[in-house]
Amino acid sequence: MYYTVDRGPDVHEPSIPDDWELVVGLEVHVELSTKTKLFCGCANAFGSEPNTNICPTCLGLPGSLPVMNAAAIESAMRLGRALNCTVSPGVMARKNYTYPDMPKDFQTSQYDKPTNHDGWLDTADGVRINIERAHIEEDTGKSTHVGGDGRISSAQYSLIDYNRAGVPLLEIVSCPDIRTAEEAKAYVSELRGIVLALGVSDAKMEEGSMRVDANVSVRPRGSDELRTRCEIKNINSISSVGRAIQHEAKRHIDLYDSGERPIQETRHWDEEAGRTRPGRSKENEEDYRYFPEPDLTPLVPTEAELAAIDASIPVLPGAQRTALAEAAGIETVDASLIVERGDAGFALDAIAAGADGGRVVVHLNNNLADGVGKLTPESFAALINMETGGDLSSTQTKEVLAEMVETGGAAADIASAKGFEAMDTGELDDMIDELIANNADQWARFCGDDEGDAKKMAGFFTGQIMKATKGQADGKVVAQILNSRKNG
Amino acid sequence: MADTDPQPLSRDEVAHVAKLALLDLTDEEIDLFTVQLGSVIETAHDMNNLDLEGVEATHHPLGLTNVTRDDVVRPSVDRDEVLSQAPEVEEDRFKVPPALGEDS
Amino acid sequence: MSENVAHPAAFGDAAAIASSVAAGERTASAVVDEHLARIDEHEDAVHAFNTLMADEARAAAAAVDERIAAGETPGRLAGVPVALKDNMCTRGVATTCSSKILEGWKPPYTATVIDRLVAEGAIPVGKTNLDEFAMGSSTENSAFGATKNPYDLDKVPGGSSGGSAAAVAAGFAPVSLGSDTGGSIRQPASLCGVVGVKPTYGAVSRYGLIAFASSLDQIGPFTTSVADAALMYEVIAGDDPMDSTAAPQPALPVSSKLGAGVDGLRVGIITEMAGDVIEGISADVLARLRAAADALAAAGATVDEVSVPSTVYGLPAYYMVAPAEASSNLARFDGVRYGLRADGTNTAAMNTASRTAGFGAEVKRRIMLGTYALSAGYRDAFYGKAQQIRTRITEDFDRAYESFDVLLSPASPSTAFALGDKTADPLTMYLNDVCTIPSNLSGHPAMSVPFGVGDDGLPIGVQVLAPMMGEVVMFQVAAALEQAMASDAASVGGA
Ligand SMILES: [Mg+2]
Ligand SMILES: [Zn+2]
Repeated sequence: MYYTVDRGPDVHEPSIPDDWELVVGLEVHVELSTKTKLFCGCANAFGSEPNTNICPTCLGLPGSLPVMNAAAIESAMRLGRALNCTVSPGVMARKNYTYPDMPKDFQTSQYDKPTNHDGWLDTADGVRINIERAHIEEDTGKSTHVGGDGRISSAQYSLIDYNRAGVPLLEIVSCPDIRTAEEAKAYVSELRGIVLALGVSDAKMEEGSMRVDANVSVRPRGSDELRTRCEIKNINSISSVGRAIQHEAKRHIDLYDSGERPIQETRHWDEEAGRTRPGRSKENEEDYRYFPEPDLTPLVPTEAELAAIDASIPVLPGAQRTALAEAAGIETVDASLIVERGDAGFALDAIAAGADGGRVVVHLNNNLADGVGKLTPESFAALINMETGGDLSSTQTKEVLAEMVETGGAAADIASAKGFEAMDTGELDDMIDELIANNADQWARFCGDDEGDAKKMAGFFTGQIMKATKGQADGKVVAQILNSRKNG
Repeated sequence: MADTDPQPLSRDEVAHVAKLALLDLTDEEIDLFTVQLGSVIETAHDMNNLDLEGVEATHHPLGLTNVTRDDVVRPSVDRDEVLSQAPEVEEDRFKVPPALGEDS
Repeated sequence: MSENVAHPAAFGDAAAIASSVAAGERTASAVVDEHLARIDEHEDAVHAFNTLMADEARAAAAAVDERIAAGETPGRLAGVPVALKDNMCTRGVATTCSSKILEGWKPPYTATVIDRLVAEGAIPVGKTNLDEFAMGSSTENSAFGATKNPYDLDKVPGGSSGGSAAAVAAGFAPVSLGSDTGGSIRQPASLCGVVGVKPTYGAVSRYGLIAFASSLDQIGPFTTSVADAALMYEVIAGDDPMDSTAAPQPALPVSSKLGAGVDGLRVGIITEMAGDVIEGISADVLARLRAAADALAAAGATVDEVSVPSTVYGLPAYYMVAPAEASSNLARFDGVRYGLRADGTNTAAMNTASRTAGFGAEVKRRIMLGTYALSAGYRDAFYGKAQQIRTRITEDFDRAYESFDVLLSPASPSTAFALGDKTADPLTMYLNDVCTIPSNLSGHPAMSVPFGVGDDGLPIGVQVLAPMMGEVVMFQVAAALEQAMASDAASVGGA
């Protein structure tokens, strides 16, 4: 087998022969970051002392009853809408099975009437993955296996903490539309971006507030059959999503190649060994005996609620990518890193303030990976204009940028402290007056009531001055002069 | 299937259901339950005498919807009071025998 | 004739006790002591209680007396001893459901209904015996031994709230709470000659009631008079933020029309329960039903028969829905967090061993039945159909209520039967609830009012059924029946 040297930690990832195709569906559990649990007023908090956020309801004590958290339903519906789902009347149901970390020995979930169904999301690469459903359910407690080597098989006993029991989850089930490990990763990271943009979860895979199970099967390329699938659990990072799927697919292909076939089972991803292992053996077929939860009432969203939810949805990563690509004149896919880091708004503002889109993207991608610090879109734009105006070399720009991130100072000041001359304000006054005289339309818009447009025009005038002064003018001073002309 | 052709309950079905219900029945109990539950199930087939085509199911006698609570934290119960009722406790957690092997 | 220790309201009914305690004529402590002494004398014979709360009761009574001494309002049930079915959670006091699996379990919280009683000055005196997890009609399915009918110690008190019914009939407490999933208040009320009320589903909070079948369970009172029942209802009913299925409204003013009579009211006798359609209702029970109808007619009501056809499917539907919900509700008894734990080498083995050792035969039977009714391939045919039948029964009742204000039927097909008589065949036992089950499936309110005795001299109750939230008229009619019985007794010289 041939490995390229620069593939980082994934060097052991096996390749999939061209004549095979992956069929992957993902089940992603997202913990909703409400203040309280799904059915009781206990705090939904990570890292508390064991069994301190518990009450009769989330401990499933005899006689206790659940009452639905309105905020959890709202978050679920917002996420559903953001995933282009149809939001319908939802019915909570009991999924009956026994496990010690599940206090009632049934999970309250949704079955035939999920709140959200039939949606989709587009990955940053433009691949559309259909979403079957996104249903509300409760989390379980946490078991710690004690003794042996820490693995369940060799444990002497287990200890259970129910703090997490009853924390609200949204389970997002994709259709088996995913064809490569890369697509799977792109799907998860897009989903994570949407969740973060909505603010409904902190979506930390390492803390378990976002968990991915992958249903993996393979088939000869070109066929449309659905072969035996295995469900892979215990995947702890986005890169593991890719690795686990790739490894499992290869395992299936190897089995078929040697005349065997995989059996349908649950398997666990072993990050260190880089392979999946068989999970809990099931003596008999699962029979969850679902029925509508008689202790809860159906969730019927009203038109007004749905309208309010739609209005509350912010610009999502996909739309951010499109907007940034358009403003910066780049390909959508090249905007994805900035969007993923949550810097799209900042980039758009800097471009609106007159900065060259291409340079904005380059600096954000390469020089601002650790965040924009004390930089503002305007100060950033002023710096870029000095660069594009030829007053600073790219090395100097980087140097000034680093200091601006640190101190929040103005590009011109820092540049002059480093040996550049600042413009004379008198000279600037004259230049601005001339600019105003020659651009009456833009000036009127700058002075107009449309705040957004005025901001744009501020960018225009600043940009022109920066161009004319080759970036030597101080953006703040230019803004002061512009405002004094407007108010005077 | 049972809804068209009433079938008496089989011994195997009783044994299977006992497993699902986490009950360990003796052979005698299985025999007894096969007869007793079989007769209840036979009575249940009377339900087929009613034409229920298109009839909605009643899950909630009152037909309430959207009963919710505000997302406000309430005090938890006292941990020691709860743990004092547990069969076995260690490090403030509920102690249970090991799970069935997850790995092989 | 075997021994009769019945003495309902031995020290006055709740209304009398509360008013005399509030007025300072009696102390709550004295009232409690009287009752505890009577319990002491007859409890061995009756076995109404799983747990006596003598110390707690004395302390609570002293607190009520202090409140009165301090000039505070003591509440509508000041100093009234109340017995609580042992499937309602009491913080720090064992709550067992008469099951080995919960023996000794002390809940960390108290049921809403009990909080409400205590807030009105009532004094819990003990937790009463029941059929294990409320599954039964005779209180013989208790892990802690059967309760006896105070009117005849060789007979059952009915069930599953047999301990609560017997406690009131024996004069251990003037009032008690039971729960009714398929007749578990009304049938023992009938057999023990006391008033028993199953409110409209949702009228009373279920928070803290250990669930048998969540969509059927309702808590209600046992009392010696309709007025006491109304008072108890007004105290315990009303919305509860802890119960999503509680009706979003305050308690209905059921005391308001107790003296209004029944002139002009339309009373329908349910045809199916009046003789020929549902078999096995004994002649003396039917005779008392007719007598009750006659009494209401004499008091000015219009009485007629009305068919509620789908009620005959109540029993089969109930024996799918109730066990199905129970199988899920009782899954939590797994030996992990509370209750009995039996040894097992792994968790699953421990779960199974604990459940096998902890549950009695009837509970196992119903868990099995419910698991079957919900399992793959059978759910639609059994659980699904049964839920559709509920809709039908509700529709049929609602149609009847277009022409009638209340309906009338027997509460129990017979008077109290002998201990051990029906334990061999579960199906025979299940038939006890044939008249009561339909209103659990529909959610309608219904109550049993004592209306004379049978050929064996044992009590017979008549069931008054009403539309959803129709408790006001239900109590009104019940009061009229009570009145008719009283004047009847007076006319033949009284007891
Ligand atoms: Mg799930
Ligand atoms: Zn809780």
